[in-house]
Amino acid sequence: MPTTMPVSTMSPTPLPTSSPASPFTPESPLSRVPDERGRFGDYGGRFVPETLIPALDEIAEAYTRYKNDPEFVGQLAYYLRDYVGRETPLYLAERFSERYGAKIYLKREDLCHTGAHKINNALGQALLTKRMGKRRIIAETGAGQHGVATATVCARFDMTCEVYMGEEDTRRQSLNVARMQLLGAKVIPVTSGSGTLKDATNEAMRDWVTNVRDTHYIIGSVVGPHPYPEMVRDFHSVIGKEARVQVLEKEGRLPDFVLACVGGGSNAMGIFYPFIGDANVRLIGIEAAGLGMNSGRHCAPLTAGTRGVLHGSASYLMQDSDGQVALTHSISAGLDYPGVGPEHAYLKDIGRAEYVAATDREALDALQLLAREEGLITALETAHAFAHLEKMKAQGQLTPDTIVIINNSGRGDKDMNTVVEALGLGK
Amino acid sequence: MSLQRRLQTTFAQLKEKDETALIAFVTAGDPTPEDTIEIVTALAESGVDAVEIGVPFSDPLADGPAIQASSQRALDGGMTVFRTLETVREIRKRNPDLPLILMTYYNPILHYGLARYAQDAKAAGADAHIVTDLTPEEAHEWKALSEQNDLDTVFLLAPTSTEVRMKIVSELSSGFLYCVSRTGVTGANQNVSDELAGVVSRIKAHSALPVCVGFGVSEPSHVATISHYADGVIVGSALVNLIHQHKTDDNLLPLVRDFALSLKAATKKG
Repeated sequence: MPTTMPVSTMSPTPLPTSSPASPFTPESPLSRVPDERGRFGDYGGRFVPETLIPALDEIAEAYTRYKNDPEFVGQLAYYLRDYVGRETPLYLAERFSERYGAKIYLKREDLCHTGAHKINNALGQALLTKRMGKRRIIAETGAGQHGVATATVCARFDMTCEVYMGEEDTRRQSLNVARMQLLGAKVIPVTSGSGTLKDATNEAMRDWVTNVRDTHYIIGSVVGPHPYPEMVRDFHSVIGKEARVQVLEKEGRLPDFVLACVGGGSNAMGIFYPFIGDANVRLIGIEAAGLGMNSGRHCAPLTAGTRGVLHGSASYLMQDSDGQVALTHSISAGLDYPGVGPEHAYLKDIGRAEYVAATDREALDALQLLAREEGLITALETAHAFAHLEKMKAQGQLTPDTIVIINNSGRGDKDMNTVVEALGLGK
Repeated sequence: MSLQRRLQTTFAQLKEKDETALIAFVTAGDPTPEDTIEIVTALAESGVDAVEIGVPFSDPLADGPAIQASSQRALDGGMTVFRTLETVREIRKRNPDLPLILMTYYNPILHYGLARYAQDAKAAGADAHIVTDLTPEEAHEWKALSEQNDLDTVFLLAPTSTEVRMKIVSELSSGFLYCVSRTGVTGANQNVSDELAGVVSRIKAHSALPVCVGFGVSEPSHVATISHYADGVIVGSALVNLIHQHKTDDNLLPLVRDFALSLKAATKKG
C-alpha cells in the first residue's frame, strides 16, 4: 500500500480530551458525543435483538482501535484521494450568488467517485471489514447511491456484496440497480411495507441477524445501533473538514450558514460536524416535506415527528398515535425514510442545528434552476437543500457579505426517470 | 392474586411432573381479537402451559415472514396496543391460571408510555413481557417499572452470546430466559441446530432460571429433542401459519387443539 499521503492531512487539530486523540474528532465539547453507550443525550443507544450485540461490540472495538491507527488512517486517506478523488472542490456558484445576493459555495461531493458522498463511509467500513476478517457485505439502499458505493468498494476489495432495496426504489432508481449489478453485487428487491428504504433496512437487519458470524452490515447513514451513528459520521466528517479549510482559504473567515439535506442525515452530519464548535456558523438541515407538511405525506421527522425507536436507535420518528411507524412519501428515494440519525435529534434539541423542510415541488424547482444557471444536475435529495435558499432570501437572511456553503451531496443522473416523469421532459 | 407469580407456579408444577413447558405464540388480532381469545382458550385447554401474545408492530425486524405478515394483518384489521390489552383482559377472565406473556418491540410501548403500559398490562392480567429489541443496557427504566408492577421481564440470549452477555442478561431476567435457537429471525425450521444443546447448557451455568427455546421450533420432534436439555419450548410461526391457513374454516379450533396436543405430548419425558 502506498504511504505517500501524509497522515497529518487527516488530523488537523489535536484533542484536549482524556480519550486518545482521533483524527476524526474536532475540538468542540459539543462534539464529544456519543458516550460509551452510544448516547447522544436522550438519543442513540442500541435497540437490537440480543443476537447482534457481540457483533456490535466487535465493530465498536475494531473502530476504536483502527481510527487512531496510523496505517488505517493513512490507507483511508490514500484511497479517498486516489480512488474517490478527494479533496472535492469548494465551488463559488457565481450565478446563484448573484441570484440570491450572497456568496453561495457548493461543496462538490457530486464529484466523488460513484457520484455522491456515500463512498466516504462505504470505503471506511470496507477497510474496517477487511481488518475484522469478514468477507460478506450487506447493505440497504434507498436512492441506490449507498448501494452503488458499497458495491464499488466490495468489487475493489474482493468481498461478496448483497444490497437490499425497496421494490418501489428499484423502479425509480433503475439506473443504480444496473450499476450495482455491473459491479458484481446482488440486488434484492424488498416488497414488504411500502417497498422503500425503511423496509430495505428491516430486511438487511434480518439478513444480518441470520448471517452475523461471517457478514458485516455497511449501514449507509448516521442511523442504526451504536457504533454506527458515530462511525458513519466520522467517515463523512472529511466533507466538513475540507470545507472548513477551503472556506478559510478563500474567504479568510468561516461561513454564516451551512446547508445540507437530511434523510438519515449522513451528508449533513459529515459537513456539520467539523463546524459544531464554531458557534456563529448556523447549521441548517433540510428534510423532505413531500406533498406538504399538512398533507401528512412527507418524511420530516425532525420537523414533525416525535421521539421513538427504529432500526436500533432512539431518535425522532414519524409514527402514528399507536407507535406504529408511519408510511412516508418523498419524490426523493434517499430522503424517503421515517427516521433520522440520533445526533441530528440531539443537535436539534440543544439548538445547535436547525431543521426545516422543502416539498417535492420546491426541490424540483431548485433542481431545474441549478441545472440552468450553474450547469449542475444535482440529485433530488440535494435539491431540497438548494430549495431553502428561496426561503432564506424571502426572510432577508442573505446579504452580499453572507457566506453560505451548501453540501452538493450527489449528482442527479440517477434521478432522470423520476424527473422526466415529473416534468414531462424528453418529448 | 396469589403471592407466587404464575410463571413460577407453572414451572414448579412441570418440574414435579417431569415435563417441559409448551409455550405457544399468537399475534393479538390475527385474524380478529375475538378469534385470539378463542384460540388462546383452546390452547390452554389442550395442555399449553403458557401463551405469548404478540402485540403487533409495523417493523418487526426480528421476525420472519410468517409473523411479519401476521402482525401486518392484525394492524390492517385495526389492532392497537390498547386493543391488545383489552383482548388480554378477556383472555384472563376465561383463563385465570394461564401464564400470559406479552411480546413486542420497544417503540409501541415507549409511545404508549412505559409506566402506563406496565400498569395497564398488569391490570389486564399479563404476567410477563418480552421486548425483542430491548437489551439490558437500555432496560433499566423498564425493569424498574416491571418490578413495581409485579411483572416478569424475560430477556433473550442467542448462540452468539458471550459468557459476559449471559451473566448480564441472566441477572436482569425473571420468569424464564428465552434462548434463541439459532442466529436468525423467527420462522419454521427443518432441524434443530446441533449447537443448541451446548448453548442451553452454557446458559444454565449462569442462571437457575428456567431456559426456554424458541425460533424455528415447529414440530413435535423438535419439541422432544429440545426437551432433553431445556425447560421449555416456544412455538410461534408454525401456529401462526396454521391459524392463518384455516382462519375461515369451521374446524379452526379443533385443528389448533390437535396441534397443541401433539406438541404437548412431546414435552412429557416420563
